[in-house]
Amino acid sequence: MSSQTIFYKTPKDLPREEWFASGHRLCAGCGAGIAARLIFKAIRGPTVVVNPTGCVEVSTSCYPYTAWKIPYVHVAFENAAAVASGVVEAIKILNKKRGRKLHDVIVFAGDGGTFDIGLQALSGALERGHNLLYICYDNEAYMNTGIQRSGATPIGAATTTSPAGKVIPGKQERKKDLIAIAVAHKIPYAATASISHPLDLVNKVRKALEIEGPKVLHVLAPCVPGWRYPPSETVRIARLAVETRYFPVYEVEYGRVKINIRVKEPKPLEEFLKAQGRFSHLFRPENAHVLEALKKAVEENWERLVKLEESGIAL
Amino acid sequence: MARQAQERIAIMGDEAIALAVKQSNVDVIAAYPITPQTIIVERLSEYVANGELDAAFIQAESEHSALSICVGASLAGARVFTSTASQGLALMHEIVYATSSMRVPMVMAIANRSLNAPLNIHCEHGDVMPERDSGWVHLFATNVQEAYDLTFIAFKLSEHPDVQLPVSVNLDAFILTHSVEPLTPISDEDASKFLPPRQPLYSIDFDSPATFGTMALPDTYMEFKYQLKEAAEKAGQVYPEVAGEYARISGRRYWYFNSYMADDADAVVLVLGSTYGTLKVAARRLREGGLKVGVVGLTMFRPFPEKQLVELLKNAKSLIVMDRAYSYGGLGGPLYMEVLAMLYRNGLRIPVMNVVYGLGGRDFRLDEAEAVLKIALDGARRGRFDEHVRWWGVRA
Repeated sequence: MSSQTIFYKTPKDLPREEWFASGHRLCAGCGAGIAARLIFKAIRGPTVVVNPTGCVEVSTSCYPYTAWKIPYVHVAFENAAAVASGVVEAIKILNKKRGRKLHDVIVFAGDGGTFDIGLQALSGALERGHNLLYICYDNEAYMNTGIQRSGATPIGAATTTSPAGKVIPGKQERKKDLIAIAVAHKIPYAATASISHPLDLVNKVRKALEIEGPKVLHVLAPCVPGWRYPPSETVRIARLAVETRYFPVYEVEYGRVKINIRVKEPKPLEEFLKAQGRFSHLFRPENAHVLEALKKAVEENWERLVKLEESGIAL
Repeated sequence: MARQAQERIAIMGDEAIALAVKQSNVDVIAAYPITPQTIIVERLSEYVANGELDAAFIQAESEHSALSICVGASLAGARVFTSTASQGLALMHEIVYATSSMRVPMVMAIANRSLNAPLNIHCEHGDVMPERDSGWVHLFATNVQEAYDLTFIAFKLSEHPDVQLPVSVNLDAFILTHSVEPLTPISDEDASKFLPPRQPLYSIDFDSPATFGTMALPDTYMEFKYQLKEAAEKAGQVYPEVAGEYARISGRRYWYFNSYMADDADAVVLVLGSTYGTLKVAARRLREGGLKVGVVGLTMFRPFPEKQLVELLKNAKSLIVMDRAYSYGGLGGPLYMEVLAMLYRNGLRIPVMNVVYGLGGRDFRLDEAEAVLKIALDGARRGRFDEHVRWWGVRA
């Protein structure tokens, strides 16, 4: 697979089929819903989705309704990668023994179910090398339970368990580097994408499906109530995340980093931050040091990726 | 050759389970090592590695994931096996309930071992008791042959169209898992006839898409759970038919329980697992001395065979229920409490005592079995016991 592979050149190349149907119960403007709609347009044939407990699960699978026109499995919160491993291996052996039709297996999991409680199951699945695509829609906190901090919450962000207090102004710890964790398992493909850049997203989904082995896709999906902005702003904020280098869009193919969206002249990080309520306390004078720490984290991450790309070293 | 396969072999309990699984047309095995079930998955991985078994063997990174892998594989249509014990089962707990409530057929061997703390790897039923109310079918073996036979029966029962539930086969840590006993296997041919490749009622299929594991709000949740209750009870109803079919190929007939001279006994002792064998020998000795004692070893613990047990116990004058587990702060051991409730609601007002024994693998010897039977007889003679619960042999 070349990293230049393009399956969809324009939005018009995308299939008209909606495998993720309308009528689900996600919030207006939900980034995860936009991600789901786009991602499942890019399937290439028989596909099954494994979805752990979370916003998307509760909003799309409430009996007797379902928003899924493809086979869908939910079992629990922390085990999507394990459930998917079982689906993959069962279909594979049944295909060999009895000619059962092969299916692509896609996990669609939130950041809580990926960065935190599901990390062990994800690590196990990546190490075992199952042929599956694990997609994390990252809204940077536990939104389904009412906006609690997760390992994906950035430094400074206010959540209900890392509130912007007088003494402790929001989350004090940095966001985990999911792609680095994934790449450390020596998997063939890991990438980030943003719902603001749909063609990049769908091409990565399709490209990943063509690669044998475990693949990880980390998709930024803003959350209206969690990030505190008007529902009409979701895509603009996701785009600002990319344009400020807050969320670099890159891929790691067989360990080699390639930045897919080169942000030559980044917009000031403040543009992204000021559009959201969760960062508003960072602009009070007494919290300037937190803002600086967040800026530093963003800069360091970008510079690290640029250096990795330039060096051509396989991670 | 069938005839050759019918010859007796000497084999450990864990190996007997592995042999049964190998003969069961299993497709996916996922597990995590834990003493004393590890030999089961070691043998199974050898079978797969040597090409003797055409199945996917997956060693997960935890028991929680092992069971989750099994759920995914079974939903995809595979015949699935796992095994665990103790801490591993406790780690699986969350998914144990999801498995039964999602009506996912599979078989799990449980090498019954005590739960930490203190850390201890020996025999106890305290690991499976937290899964008592999950909707799984729980079968208990009293010896290696039973562990082997019940594995086939478990698969058949699990996949029965009216059941569609996971089934556990319980075997006592070390006492059965690591003891070499004689075993008469069934032939591969008979096994395959009894358990042809799985034909799932429902499975993941793009051409017929379904949503598995939905959310259910208060307006429908109870109906899901009622169906689980019905299915669990149905498992008890179809069990004789499944066991009967197995009897036709193996010559060995299984029932809800083993019983030794319980029909006309004055005093009966009821137990789970391998201690049945010890009690049976002790009872035979006492019977030789003219003492009317009987022993019952429950094969099916869930669903609880109330009707059959009441019928068996209706003429008993006293009963001792032996528990290798305890409900701390409760009335006694879990089997005892269940039996008390059963007797009460069926109008059998006989004296009942609970003997809690063998926790953490403490030995329960033949002379002790005789002593328990004699206490039971004393209770029958006097029409009462002096205590409700005795922690057998404990240094208080």
